[in-house]
Amino acid sequence: MKKWDVIIVLAVLAVAGSLYFSGLLRADTPGGVAVVYVDGVEITRLSLLKDTEYRVETEHGYNVVKVEDGKAEIIDADCRDKICTKHKAISLKNESIICLPHKVVVEIEGGNENTVDAVVQ
Amino acid sequence: MSKKVAYYGIFAALSVLMGYVEAMIPVPLPIPGIKLGLSNVIVLLALYVMGTKEAFFISVIRVFISALLFRGFLGFWYSVAGAFLSYGIMVLAKKSGKMSIIGVSVLGGIFHNLGQIVVACLIIGRTVVFYLVPVLMVSGVVTGFAIGIVAGYCTQYMQNRI
Repeated sequence: MKKWDVIIVLAVLAVAGSLYFSGLLRADTPGGVAVVYVDGVEITRLSLLKDTEYRVETEHGYNVVKVEDGKAEIIDADCRDKICTKHKAISLKNESIICLPHKVVVEIEGGNENTVDAVVQ
Repeated sequence: MSKKVAYYGIFAALSVLMGYVEAMIPVPLPIPGIKLGLSNVIVLLALYVMGTKEAFFISVIRVFISALLFRGFLGFWYSVAGAFLSYGIMVLAKKSGKMSIIGVSVLGGIFHNLGQIVVACLIIGRTVVFYLVPVLMVSGVVTGFAIGIVAGYCTQYMQNRI
């Protein structure tokens, strides 16, 4: 072991660490889309790349879908239980927020896979 | 001369064999590209015991034979990129004289992985695989370190015998 061995190992670890934490190489495959369904019918598609708010009007009431920082959530609704507004923001493929009283579903299509759970095929 | 030919044969055969042995060792991480790099022990040995040119030819033979035997056409390109990039870097690192065989091995391991990532990019046609770079750099350091230690011990034995 010479001095330079240690220097190289430390330098490479530093570079790898900074690359990793800088998020420069994040595999964010842009193009994740939040799809809004009402009663099973697709109403609109909101790109997760663009911050927007969308008001979904249904025959039972309204839900406001908000896209921010690549995540979608329902921030307001006039349903009775408001469960959908308490749901965490979603961003990974196939995640969904569901408002049962209004039959509103917000689902993510494309974009990053959910890496926590896996389905054995 | 005939002794040299015999050593070429032994080294080339060993490095192909190492690739085969390695394929039988399961990798505990679900990340493509991480591997031990056992055949690099042989290339390092050749580099230190026989010489630069000899190590190059042994690398070439290894890449061709293991591609023919185990990996197929696509695997061949991964091997070529990894093997020659890491070989080039190791030669430079050794020539610089600033580091021991461990440092040389670490650099070789890292650049082997980087070469493969570049080829993966070209083949897939997308830059998505670059997110593996930091992971493979760290794995290159770890395996390169281990391989360097092994190769270091081996050279001590070999040096007096060739």
